[in-house]
Amino acid sequence: MRILLQNIHKHYGSVKANDGVTIMVEPGMIHGILGENGAGKSTLMKILAGYTQKTSGTILVDDFPVNYRSSAQASSLGIGMLYQDPLDFSSLSVLDNFMLGQMNGITKLLSLSFLGCGPAVHFRKKFEQIADHLNFSLQPDDSVKSLTIGERQQLEILRLLSQGTQILILDEPTTGISGIQKEILFNALRELASEGKSIILVSHKLEDVESLCNKVTVLRRGMVTGEMDKPFDTGRLLKMMFGSPPVSSSRLRVRSSTASGEDVLVMIRVSAPGERTGLRNCNIVIRQGEVVGLAGLEGSGQGVFLRIAAGLKIPSSGEVHLQGIKTNGKDYHKFKQMRVSFLPGSRLEGGLISGLSIAEHFALQDNRKGFFVRWTDAFEKAKKRIKSFRIMGTPESLVESLSGGNQQRLLLSFLPEDPIFLLLENPTRGLDIETAYWFWQHLHKYCENNTAIVFSSSELDEIFMAADRVLVFFDGIIIKDVKTSETDIHELAHAITGKT
Amino acid sequence: MRKFIRYFFGIKLTLIAAFSFTTLILLLSGASPFAAYYHIFKGSLGSWIKFAHVIAAWIPLTLCACGLLYTFRIGLWNIGVEGQMMMGSVFTTYALRLGIESHHPVLFLVLSFAAGLIGGGIWALIAGFLKTKGGVNEIFAGLGLNFVAQGIILWLIFGPWKRPGIASMSGTALFPPQLWMPYFSSIRLSPVALSLALIAVILTALMLRYTRIGLSLRAIGNNSHAAYLFGLKPGRYMLLAMIFAGGFAGLAGSIQVTGVYHRLLPAISSNYGYLALLVVMLANYNVWIVPAVALFFACLNVGSIQLPMMLRLDSSLSGVIQGALVLATLAVHAWQIRSKDKKWVN
Repeated sequence: MRILLQNIHKHYGSVKANDGVTIMVEPGMIHGILGENGAGKSTLMKILAGYTQKTSGTILVDDFPVNYRSSAQASSLGIGMLYQDPLDFSSLSVLDNFMLGQMNGITKLLSLSFLGCGPAVHFRKKFEQIADHLNFSLQPDDSVKSLTIGERQQLEILRLLSQGTQILILDEPTTGISGIQKEILFNALRELASEGKSIILVSHKLEDVESLCNKVTVLRRGMVTGEMDKPFDTGRLLKMMFGSPPVSSSRLRVRSSTASGEDVLVMIRVSAPGERTGLRNCNIVIRQGEVVGLAGLEGSGQGVFLRIAAGLKIPSSGEVHLQGIKTNGKDYHKFKQMRVSFLPGSRLEGGLISGLSIAEHFALQDNRKGFFVRWTDAFEKAKKRIKSFRIMGTPESLVESLSGGNQQRLLLSFLPEDPIFLLLENPTRGLDIETAYWFWQHLHKYCENNTAIVFSSSELDEIFMAADRVLVFFDGIIIKDVKTSETDIHELAHAITGKT
Repeated sequence: MRKFIRYFFGIKLTLIAAFSFTTLILLLSGASPFAAYYHIFKGSLGSWIKFAHVIAAWIPLTLCACGLLYTFRIGLWNIGVEGQMMMGSVFTTYALRLGIESHHPVLFLVLSFAAGLIGGGIWALIAGFLKTKGGVNEIFAGLGLNFVAQGIILWLIFGPWKRPGIASMSGTALFPPQLWMPYFSSIRLSPVALSLALIAVILTALMLRYTRIGLSLRAIGNNSHAAYLFGLKPGRYMLLAMIFAGGFAGLAGSIQVTGVYHRLLPAISSNYGYLALLVVMLANYNVWIVPAVALFFACLNVGSIQLPMMLRLDSSLSGVIQGALVLATLAVHAWQIRSKDKKWVN
C-alpha cells in the first residue's frame, strides 16, 4: 500500500501544528519521521490514523483519495497506529485484549467469558502464529497488568497485524523499553517491511532512526524541512531538525566572575521514577550565581530533576544536599523556608488557582501571621506587581481570564525578593521574544546576589541566550554537562538525540 | 442585593423545570396540583404558629448548611453531616442528663451546647482523618459514620438511656422544663436558637470573606497542588473545615434536643443534614443565599405535613419536590455550561 499525504494542514486556533506537509510512504519501507518536540510529528500521525481530523489537505491510498473520520475507518483501510501509551485493558488477559475489537457484539462477550470454546481457540491459534513469526515471547494467558511497556507494545502490534494492518505507525516506540526488547521490536519491524508492509517510525532518537529506517522525513515547526534516503548524514539531519545555529553574539549574559560560588545543590546518585523515563543516577553540583539550562526532549527527566531539587518529589535512592544540609525526605515547605522557589510549567494546573483573583493570590502569599486577610495590602501589592510586570489585568481579574503570557508574568511576579535557588520549568514557553528577553534580564539581576537558577527549556536558543551551563537529559540520564560558552548547538543537538 | 436578583433570575429555569416535574407527578397520582401547592403554602405560611414551625425547621437546616459551606469550599463532600448532627444531640443529651438533679440548669444548658459542638466535631474529625491519613473518600467515610451514629442513638434509647419502665421508639424520657431552652410560649420558638442560627450565617460569611482560613479553603478547593506551592497544607485545612462543619451540625443537633424535642429521639436529625447538602448546592454555595433556600425547604417540609390530611397524599411529596429541584438545578447548570462551551467553539 502506498500512502501519499498531500499538503496537510492542521490548525489549533492560531497555532499551526501542521503547515502544508507532504509525505509519500512507499510499501516495504521503514519510513522515519524525525523532529523536535512540537514539530508536528504526532499530530500528522494522528491525522493519518484517523484519531484527529485535518484542517485541510488530502490523503491518497494507492492513488485514491480517501476521507475518513475515525480510527475505526482508518483501520479498515489497513492503517494502524501504536500510540505512545499502549491502549489496552490492564484487568484483562493478553488473549482477551488481543480479541477485543476483532469481534462484534455478542460473540465477543460470550467468548470472553467462556475462554477455551469457539472463537477463543481460533484466536489463540492466530495469536501464537503471529507471535512466533515475530519472535515475541508473549504468553496469551498472562494478565496485561504484569507486562512491561515493551510487552504491551508487542501485544498491540499483534492485535493491529491480525486486524489486517498494512501501514503500521509507531509513535516513539523505544522510550521506556529495554535494549533487548528494542532489538526484538526492530527485528520484527524489519521482517514486516520485508513482507511488503509499510512501517512509519516517529522518533526523536537519531540512533534508532538511522539504524532502522530506509528513508527519513524531517519536520520542524509543522513543515517538512528535508528528506533523506539511507545512508544518512547525521550533521545534515540535525540541521534539518534544529535549524541553523543561532548567532552566538545573541548571548544575553556573560558571567562576570569565573570564580565559582559555594555549592547550593548537590545530588549524589539520585534516582526517582516519574514522567516517562524517570531520573537515573544523577550526580550534579549547582553553585551560587549560576544559571543552568536543562536541555533535552520533553519528559527525559528534567521535570523529575526540578521536582526533586524543589522537594516536591522524594528520590527513591541517592542523597540531596541543599546548602550543605541533607534534605532527603523534607517537603517543599521546608525547601521554601530555605528560600528555594519552584515555578511549574503548567500554569493553570500547577501554578495558579483558577477562581481566585490576582489580589487573592497575593493575599495567599502574605506569610505574616494574623487571622484576617490584609486585603488593602494585597490589593496594593497586586497593583504594584501588575504594573512592574506589565500584566494586562486588574487586581480583581480572575487568573483564568488572563492570557497565557500574562499568566506567566503573574507567576514570575510571585517570585520572592531574595531567593537563593530558583527552579523554573519552561519559564518562557508561550511568551513572545521581547517578553522572554525582558524576563531574563529581570532574572539575571537575581544572580548578582548569588541566586542560582535552574530552568528547563525546549528551545536551545534560549539556553544559549540565558544560561552559563547546560545539562542535557536523555532517557532520564544527564548525558552532557558543559558550559554554554564551550559548546555549540550541534553538539547539544547530538546529545539531545542520544548521540554522545 | 444585585447578587440576589441575578441569582433568582438564574434559577428561574430551574424552578420551572422542577415544578413541571412535580406537577406531572401530582397529576399522575390523581391529585390536583393547584390544591397541593395551596395546602403546602397554607400549611407553612398560613399562620404565625405554622410559620414558627417553619423557623424551627429552618434553624438546624441553616446551621448545617453553614457548616457545609466550609467543606464545600475546600472541595469535600461532607455527607456525614447527618451523623455529625446525631452525635451532637447524643453528646448534648449526655450533658443534660448530668444536670437533671442540678440547681444550675443554665450552666448545664450552656455545657450541653459545648458538648454538642464537640460531639459533631469529633464525628467530623474521624471522617477527616480517614480522608487525609487513610485516603478513604469522605463520602464513604461519612455515610458509614452516619449509620454508626444512628446505631449508637438506637442503642442508647433502648439500652442505657431507656425510659424507666419501658423503652420505646419515642425516645428517652423528657427532660424537666428547667433544662429546656427558653422559648416564646405563644409560638413555641426559641429566640436563643434563632439567634444562634443567625450568628452562624454572619460568622460564616465573615470567615469565608475576610479571614485567611476562608481564603485558604477556597484556594485549596480550587487547586490543591498550586495551593501547596503557595505554602498551604491541604490536609490540615481539610481537618479544619471538617471541624467547622461538624461543629455547626453538632450545634444543630443540640438545638433539636434542648429546643425542640427535649429528649433524644431515633429520628432526632430529621434528615436535615442531607437536606442541608441540597440547600447549599441550590444556593450555589453562596452564604447569603443559603438562608433563603433553607427557608424555602423548611416551608416545603412543614407545609407538606398537610397533604395526607387534606388530600390523602403522602407527605413525602415534599421530598419529591426537593429532589426534583436539585436534579433540575444540576441539569440546568450542566446545560448552561454546555451551551456556553458550544458558543465558545463556534
